[in-house]
Amino acid sequence: MENSWKADVVIIGGGIVGAAIARELGKYKLDTVLLERYPDLAMGTTKANSAILHAGFDAPEGSLKALLNVRGNELYRQLKHELGLELDLTGSLVVATNNEEMDVLAELKVRGQKNGVEGLKIIGREEALTREPNLSAEVVGALYAPTGGIMWPFGAALAFAENAVQNGVEVRINCPVTKIEVIEGKVTGVYTPDGFIAAKYIINAAGIEADNVSRLAGDDSFTIKPRKGEYILFDKAVGNLVKTIVFPTPSKVSKGILVAPTVHGNVFIGPNATDSDDKGDLATTGRGLAEIVARAQKLVPNIPLTSSITQFAGLRAAADCGDFVIRASNLTKGLVHAAGIQSPGLTAAPAIGEMVVGILGELGLELKPNTNFNPVNPPKLVFSQLDDEAKMTAIKENPLYGRIICRCETVTEGEIVAAIHSLCGARTVDGVKRRTRAGMGRCQGGFCGPRVTAILARELNIPITAVIKDTADSQLFFNKIPGSCEVTGDA
Amino acid sequence: MHEEIFDVVIIGGGPAGLAAAVSASDNGAARVLVIERDRELGGILQQCIHNGFGLHRFKEELTGPGYALRYIKMVEARSNITVMLDTMVLAVAADKTIVAVNSRDGMIKITAKAVIFTMGCRERTRGAIRIPGSRPAGVFTAGAAQRMVNMEGYLPGKKVVILGSGDIGLIMARRMSLEGTRVEAVLEIMAYSNGLTRNVVQCLEDYNIPLYLSHTILAVHGNGRVTGVTCAKVDAAMRPIAGTEFYLECDCLLLSVGLIPENELSRELGIEMDGRTSGPVVDQLRQTGLPGFFAAGNVVHVHDLVDFVSEEGEIAGKYAAWHANGKMGDCGCLITVKAANGVRTAVPQVIRAVSGNTEPVRLYMRVEKPEKNVTLAILSDGQVLLERKLRVAKPGEMIVVDLPVENIKKIGDDITVVLKH
Ligand SMILES: Cc1cc2nc3c(=O)[nH]c(=O)nc-3n(C[C@H](O)[C@H](O)[C@H](O)COP(=O)(O)OP(=O)(O)OC[C@H]3O[C@@H](n4cnc5c(N)ncnc54)[C@H](O)[C@@H]3O)c2cc1C
Ligand SMILES: Cc1cc2nc3c(=O)[nH]c(=O)nc-3n(C[C@H](O)[C@H](O)[C@H](O)COP(=O)(O)OP(=O)(O)OC[C@H]3O[C@@H](n4cnc5c(N)ncnc54)[C@H](O)[C@@H]3O)c2cc1C
Repeated sequence: MENSWKADVVIIGGGIVGAAIARELGKYKLDTVLLERYPDLAMGTTKANSAILHAGFDAPEGSLKALLNVRGNELYRQLKHELGLELDLTGSLVVATNNEEMDVLAELKVRGQKNGVEGLKIIGREEALTREPNLSAEVVGALYAPTGGIMWPFGAALAFAENAVQNGVEVRINCPVTKIEVIEGKVTGVYTPDGFIAAKYIINAAGIEADNVSRLAGDDSFTIKPRKGEYILFDKAVGNLVKTIVFPTPSKVSKGILVAPTVHGNVFIGPNATDSDDKGDLATTGRGLAEIVARAQKLVPNIPLTSSITQFAGLRAAADCGDFVIRASNLTKGLVHAAGIQSPGLTAAPAIGEMVVGILGELGLELKPNTNFNPVNPPKLVFSQLDDEAKMTAIKENPLYGRIICRCETVTEGEIVAAIHSLCGARTVDGVKRRTRAGMGRCQGGFCGPRVTAILARELNIPITAVIKDTADSQLFFNKIPGSCEVTGDA
Repeated sequence: MHEEIFDVVIIGGGPAGLAAAVSASDNGAARVLVIERDRELGGILQQCIHNGFGLHRFKEELTGPGYALRYIKMVEARSNITVMLDTMVLAVAADKTIVAVNSRDGMIKITAKAVIFTMGCRERTRGAIRIPGSRPAGVFTAGAAQRMVNMEGYLPGKKVVILGSGDIGLIMARRMSLEGTRVEAVLEIMAYSNGLTRNVVQCLEDYNIPLYLSHTILAVHGNGRVTGVTCAKVDAAMRPIAGTEFYLECDCLLLSVGLIPENELSRELGIEMDGRTSGPVVDQLRQTGLPGFFAAGNVVHVHDLVDFVSEEGEIAGKYAAWHANGKMGDCGCLITVKAANGVRTAVPQVIRAVSGNTEPVRLYMRVEKPEKNVTLAILSDGQVLLERKLRVAKPGEMIVVDLPVENIKKIGDDITVVLKH
């Protein structure tokens, strides 16, 4: 291998779990490298999910899910300030429409209290309808959890990664791990298209691919099955449909189709649950969308179907044991799994970070504190949230803040350029979208898409035809065909 | 904050805005301002490099930019019209102060005596009509693709399927063919095309592009780029018919599935909207329900002929100038115009009895579905005010009827426009 270097720890996977682990490792004097196969962080499950900060009453007592959910929920409240996260403790309601379901709520409440969830309360029909006037008239009561909340998962993953980089961690995109070297039962390094990275500790945070990554290192102790969940997102104009997260009473298999607000003022419905064999299948289906509409209407009858702005699907990375798989490999030394991270994985991520670092310590990795660790990310300028005075100043300092590129979300060229040139900067049109919201509004990039493409090309110094939407093969525009009929305006 | 004062402020510099500016100036407005967010005036016309514009107005076939240029010159010839380019209006308040932003002046506060909304419309997206499938690159709205091809000089794909046979879809089918790309098909969920007949002939038939009526797309395929679409025939209720599915290979899907008037600014002001046009309710002077606020062009209702857009702009400009100069006088009782029985939209939705005004009221209407040999009737109190025989009527083609003012005098509280078979 022409190119090889050394690190103390390699993290495979730049989703929220890998990023949270990286951030935690940034607290120590270590050479840590995070490797992500795609052109951006958090393009896997972390980009498509319910974005709920779960309170923690769902998972059975004693499970890793329960433990890390409650701890993660707690950690986020401080992280919100340190990292400038978009996160809102709206509270959540689990709604019952008959007495049997009320019994389930009582069980959930007890389970939640055992898990350490604070403030759980069963409320009656009246209070439920006062909190959420658009609920179905069939509601008989609800379980209210004040610590339930909503968040922006991409933003959180990015903030973890940015903070990690700021504290000395290296993040590499477009860098899939293709092989793991194991000598005498111990990992010694990983192969990537960029070269060989020698490391004694490797963390498997590869999401849906975690079983395959584990097998690269000779550990076949678990498998991951994808389970698809589909969503419909609605316009901000109808964003006041619900103020809290509204769950149905859960069944044995799933938390059900919910209706919830987003931190950006939209509202969504979903997800359903479809088992699949294809880890690349993120397609929505006519049947799936119809299913979530029908079930959401049972909770909130007046779902504003004419105001939908996008649909998407995410894959749950379900491990065969059902719980999170967070442990040192039993078969290969130096390999640590953070796998099978289904819901509530977003919520649990910072707690998973703590736990994984604990495991590394137990395996013998020396954890010397990084005395320069800075827990705080510098604030980002969000033009639409400034007052007029501050807007004026921003434009005076940089005229690019005076040019609106996304009309739906009022995003300026200045913000887009900043998103490209910041730590873990955007390299794709979707990357710009997830960082700045340009293209996330009701016209879905119809207006700003070509403009964002041009800005990316200019800032990255590449031709327009090299700009991609998300993955490496997602070219957006082509050169014209030479010799084809050219008709120009005769104005 | 940078502050300015104007008599008439026009938001949007497309054909509606340009005509409004010229007319406001010619009708006595002292200081007129046009605010346009793009780098040039002309609106959507600048990307419509095909010809077919201006047949009514100039008795000539101009290209979109050619038509725009005529109005841009008229604007430039009037020294009391100011144009702000690259400037986005962010908010409009009920007291007619406007907040806008650009790189040059930063935040700008403008005070106006009358405001005209001419913001045009935006395109309906894939998400709005919920086409299932994966989400690869290569799915574009037809207008966005048109801008990319005609103004920026790039292609959105090389093997194209177009969903929707509205005018933009048809025009883009021809454009993509001229650019040397293959257009596999145009699919339309309705049993008829929503575009102008001349566009069906000149853009599809002349290029041997198949038009599948009563068809839709069930799924988009592909991971990085689009690789194909699954199509199917639909029944009368527009549900896909099982067993009719087929696959079309393509690397690009263009959507021409409707335009939506861009009324965020007007909506925030609480201006009354017409649920069918998605534009504000206006009277024949193009004044909205909020005095001093006018609207014209695609922001009121989607037009297919730019000539009518200019006409509406002129009306709005004139009366905005009157309003600014305190000349509006007493506007008498309001008459509501209702569309019913096969007529989908009618604009203006309100007629005012304006004292001393002798101009006929021009009504713009669209029918629900294609019809042959019908009579359009304007009724009031069970009485027929006016009838017009139509050999054909299509949703894609606006029907224009002048209602003489003496007829209006006869009528009661409201009038209804219907189709009679
Ligand atoms: C439908 C649904 C709803 C959910 N709702 C919630 C919720 O409301 N609240 C909540 O807390 N949790 C929720 N979750 C769970 C949460 O989204 C996940 O637990 C979390 O996103 C998992 O993060 P991750 O980093 O493990 O995985 P991912 O985000 O998938 O990241 C794994 C990364 O590894 C990369 N990778 C894979 N193989 C390689 C390789 N060989 N080399 C380099 N990189 C590689 C991938 O590209 C990917 O970026 C939901 C999940 C789903 C599917
Ligand atoms: C693809 C296509 C093909 C057509 N073909 C023909 C044809 O062959 N013949 C024909 O006669 N007609 C044709 N038309 C119809 C005609 O061109 C349009 O109806 C007409 O251009 C609409 O004019 P408008 O001024 O209402 O809107 P637009 O032209 O859309 O102008 C609106 C302007 O407002 C600006 N704006 C919006 N919001 C703001 C804001 N907040 N701040 C500042 N500026 C703002 C926009 O940038 C835009 O410039 C076609 C239309 C299209 C889309």
